[in-house]
Amino acid sequence: MAAINVKVNGVDHKAEVEPRLLLVHFIREVLRLTGTHIGCDTSHCGACTVVLDGRAVKSCTVFAIQADGREVLTVEGLEQDGKLNHLQEGFFQEHGLQCGFCTPGMLMTGYEFLKNNAEPSEDEIRHAISGNLCRCTGYVNIVKAYQYAAQKMREGGAQ
Amino acid sequence: MTPRTSPEVGGMGHSVKRKEDPRFLRGQGNYVDDVVLPDMLYLDIVRSPYAHAKITNIDTSKALAIPGVAAVITGKDLAQYNLHWMPTLMSDTQMVLPVEKVMYQAQEVAAVLATSRYVAADGVDAVEIDYDPLPVVVDPKKALLPDAPVLRTDKEGKKDNHIWHWEWGDKAATDKTFQEAEVTVQEDIYIPRIHVSSIETCGCVAHFNKVTGKLTVWMTTQAPHAIRTVFALVAGHVGLAEHKIQIISPDIGGGFGGKVPVYPGYVIAVAASVLTGKPVKWIEDRMENLQADSFARDYHISAELAGKKDGTITGLRIKTIADHGYTDAAANPSKFPAGLFHICTGSYDLKAAHVEVDGAYTNKPPGGIAYRCSFRVTEAVHTIERIADVMAHEIGMDPAEFRFKNFIKPEQFPYKSALGWEYDSGNYAAALKLAMERIEYDELRKEQAEKRARGELTGIGISSFTEIVGAGPSKHFDILGLKMFDSAEIRVHPTGKVIARFGTKSQGQGHETTYAQIIAEELGFPVADIAVEEGDTDTAPYGLGTYASRSTPVAGAACAMAARKIRDKARKIAAYLLEAHEDDLEWEPGKFFVKGSPDRAKTIQEISLAAYTNHPPGVEAGLEAVDYYDPPNLTYPFGSYICVVDIDKGTGEVKIRRFVAVDDCGNIINPMIVEGQIHGGLTMGLAPAMYEEIQYDESGNNLNGSFMNYLLPTAVETPKWETDKTCTPSPHHPLGAKGVGESATVGAPAAIVNAVVDAMWHLGVRHIDIPITPAKVWKLLRENGVSE
Amino acid sequence: MIPRSFEYSAPGTLDEAVALLQKLGSDAKILSGGQSLIPMMKLRLASPPHIVDINRIPGLDYITEKDGFLRIGALVRESDLERSELVRSRFPILVDTTSVIADPLVRNQATVCGNLAHGDPANDHPATMLALGAIVVAVGPRGERDVPVENFFPALFTTALEADEILREIKIPIPPPSTGGAYLKLERKVGDYATAGVAVQITLNNSGACTAAAGIGLTNVGFTPIKAVKAEAFVKGKQLDQAAVKQASEIAAGESHPVDDIRGPADYKRDLVRVLTARAIVRALERVKGGV
Repeated sequence: MAAINVKVNGVDHKAEVEPRLLLVHFIREVLRLTGTHIGCDTSHCGACTVVLDGRAVKSCTVFAIQADGREVLTVEGLEQDGKLNHLQEGFFQEHGLQCGFCTPGMLMTGYEFLKNNAEPSEDEIRHAISGNLCRCTGYVNIVKAYQYAAQKMREGGAQ
Repeated sequence: MTPRTSPEVGGMGHSVKRKEDPRFLRGQGNYVDDVVLPDMLYLDIVRSPYAHAKITNIDTSKALAIPGVAAVITGKDLAQYNLHWMPTLMSDTQMVLPVEKVMYQAQEVAAVLATSRYVAADGVDAVEIDYDPLPVVVDPKKALLPDAPVLRTDKEGKKDNHIWHWEWGDKAATDKTFQEAEVTVQEDIYIPRIHVSSIETCGCVAHFNKVTGKLTVWMTTQAPHAIRTVFALVAGHVGLAEHKIQIISPDIGGGFGGKVPVYPGYVIAVAASVLTGKPVKWIEDRMENLQADSFARDYHISAELAGKKDGTITGLRIKTIADHGYTDAAANPSKFPAGLFHICTGSYDLKAAHVEVDGAYTNKPPGGIAYRCSFRVTEAVHTIERIADVMAHEIGMDPAEFRFKNFIKPEQFPYKSALGWEYDSGNYAAALKLAMERIEYDELRKEQAEKRARGELTGIGISSFTEIVGAGPSKHFDILGLKMFDSAEIRVHPTGKVIARFGTKSQGQGHETTYAQIIAEELGFPVADIAVEEGDTDTAPYGLGTYASRSTPVAGAACAMAARKIRDKARKIAAYLLEAHEDDLEWEPGKFFVKGSPDRAKTIQEISLAAYTNHPPGVEAGLEAVDYYDPPNLTYPFGSYICVVDIDKGTGEVKIRRFVAVDDCGNIINPMIVEGQIHGGLTMGLAPAMYEEIQYDESGNNLNGSFMNYLLPTAVETPKWETDKTCTPSPHHPLGAKGVGESATVGAPAAIVNAVVDAMWHLGVRHIDIPITPAKVWKLLRENGVSE
Repeated sequence: MIPRSFEYSAPGTLDEAVALLQKLGSDAKILSGGQSLIPMMKLRLASPPHIVDINRIPGLDYITEKDGFLRIGALVRESDLERSELVRSRFPILVDTTSVIADPLVRNQATVCGNLAHGDPANDHPATMLALGAIVVAVGPRGERDVPVENFFPALFTTALEADEILREIKIPIPPPSTGGAYLKLERKVGDYATAGVAVQITLNNSGACTAAAGIGLTNVGFTPIKAVKAEAFVKGKQLDQAAVKQASEIAAGESHPVDDIRGPADYKRDLVRVLTARAIVRALERVKGGV
């Protein structure tokens, strides 16, 4: 067992973990933040995507111990002061989700992507979400949700 | 359709934003793997590496020695309670855990219970099993040969691998159309085994309370009520009675038919909880999911079409071998072993048709669930849309013109098909015409000709499909005897707020919003004031569940009917309050008023309060209603899809340049949700058309057992879908609606294949089986002398 | 999908890491990006008793140009490569390559050096590095050594690294003017390994003929990444007109050794090498002329 300290959604969490504990299980089962999902186990589906030190990664393919001393943002950390962020709002307005299982991963991918791309083209958005599988929406409205958020971010600054 | 209600009320026709979204967007959904109970054990499954083998020994000692491993369960343990076999939905039998032999690779062989999922996985590793491999049969055609090894040795007297023979239609009349035909075409069409791959796998948390004797199971199921009954029937002899079984289907991360059946893992988890008295969680990982359950299709079809030189089609003859794996665990209405495959005459008016299907056992996991389709409708549509296209090309007629010539005409509805279905309504030509306008069909044909002259390959493919959804009328439709009605229960509270519960279960379709809109439409309560619940068998009325696009046609109808019962009672209360005769009252959404005196009115909210505070003498207090809706007929949504592809002559890659989908699902409740369903359905039509297939080698090894080789399309492969609609209401549905969740999955593959074949027909290519991989296209190109 | 237990160390310096490797021998496995290793551990196809995590070693995430080489440090992520202005302007072939590896999320973790060190013939960078004439810098208890990339892949899933060595850096010679390169990959979908991939790097002399620096590398059409030496030899000194491109691509196809598998039959893959080689040469020539 090893002692780790991970800042998740701005809060420090200390825990004793087995080195083999996957980050996704640390988040879901130790911290009980169940918005981060598991869909494929082989780093293909992106349902487990979180932002680790500013970069969106698949938390099923990172050991929790690798996150020691680092910062993790999960879907539960996106809402600020009771207000959805622009991308969450975009998903709501544009019907970017159906069963909701891939949605947290899609939101976390977008969190990083839109920070670095103020005016993404549709093609860039489609490539950006190509590590996140959605079985319900056919992606059309997810692309629109990203465009909605990008527009809002250009108009009203970051969130 | 112009909405009758205001946007604030949000009845039919409004794109109301979804009520379920706020929790999902915050990561606050509650899926099965999110359920954690005190003292819970984790169940993990040891699976067979062989597709067919005798089990000679199971040694659990090393696994049991691992700290944290609580128990290892084998078939012999379950056999003590006669729970090692279970019935399937098609009245075949399926092993829960084997005692003698395994029948497919990845079959459950033993189950490990441990205090964490990590320890359980270590336990699985440590169970030692000896096998004696047996001959493997993977090809259903070979399985039906006389010298094939008999797989179901458990069935006394079974001497072959033939499950059943089923046929439908007038054989003599059909044969006659072929004898008299000026043109006939034949094509072998394989619709491969595919896998639904909802992003959430299957799983459950079973909790048997030894003190109360109550079993609660949180479960990924599309049909919680039916599951409860099945559990009671299967495990009644060990003391599980139906009033002490509660199935809770929480938020479901996609179903698509894969979460209809009862899989061994669920039963093992229930048994484990009963045996240990502790809650037991079983969650499949993706490899298990892709290798053991949720398989669809696997139809080896030979189709023939008879017709005249002028393009009139007259007869259809189909023979099919259905590969069911080692047991027939298909999810079909009980009377229809090949599902609704006999909708295969499609959108065309033809004189006669005859269909034969033979089921075969092979050393594969059970197949036959739906993959987002209404009981083999995809197989049917693919067959007719492919063979029709072959004939159109064969006689040199434009595929659009060929379809216009043969469509059932609007004035022929209700239309009795050659195979006995009564189509409720349709205007097929209008949908195809609109699709052709949207895609600029004539221009495309010109462009295609120009490109062909330059040696470039472009194809245009049409699919004008007819669906059959909303099972179904109780006369013909049941599952294990349970009639396929569905239900709604609506309760209006004194303050004018509403809770409604249903026998269905959304897996992403947005029922919480759609059903609320139906109630808003019928009663005038704003959607915001209506709570919709599904999935808890202790509270919701009995229903058969959500699959086969049946929620709107059946439960949606029940919802409207229950609301109308409430409205009838509200009329009595309003009459009492307004001191008017019931017949003198008029309804507009949200209020009753006295004819000719619109200001003498009572709102539905005022009436709600009166139902509890000032109800009329002789009328019961309260305002609630239940409806169990038995549909008089199925509904027949339809559409026309046109796909344009460009083919890379060097690599064989197919690029979908455009795809226009015109759907007609009758009256629409929420246009936003309907469009979303079509987007998703199209993508699940693209997937098997071009990417997905579960393949086995000769030893029965699954070659696509992870997302590395089972290829779900990403946003990059998926075209930007273009959608449009026509509206032909269902005459028998109370809202004129038809159901839409699966249309696009059913209709899309044929459009894609037809486009690809259209691009290469002049080279001599007649057909290509799905999935259309670059390697297959390359082979066809090179065989026909085309290269880069 | 749960890995077996292992011991874990996260050394703070390369020296410490090398000392650990020396001590643990074949029991140790280096974790950098982990995007190949961790899935293999979860599938229990790999169960190293000891993981040496090099991610805590500072100063290994550089992309710099120094002494005539582009240098890529051991902890440079694929996404760093994709975003690097230096790489984007000077090595479009590297952008071609990195942008078709797995998906953007995997590329945020996966390292360029790891893509070589894994020794997988299906990985994309090896072919490109072969075409570019890259040099692998290995560090071990005996100090540092340079390994030309053509000697780096002796066999399937095997590299020239000793058990106690770490791939510290990839060095790519800065190409002379009039150089262009391209990497083309056919994948069944985003995230898939190549059905076949071809990397081409060419430099033209004043008269427009191909110089001796030509490099052609092939992905996933043999047990190791393949340097198409015969095709390279063929193009040297040639004007790359249509006929020459055609011939070169046929020679390259002949140098591939694909096998039948789920991505397609061998003859298909061999023909893909031909098609992709021709297209990559054409793309490389366009880039010589300043195209993108």
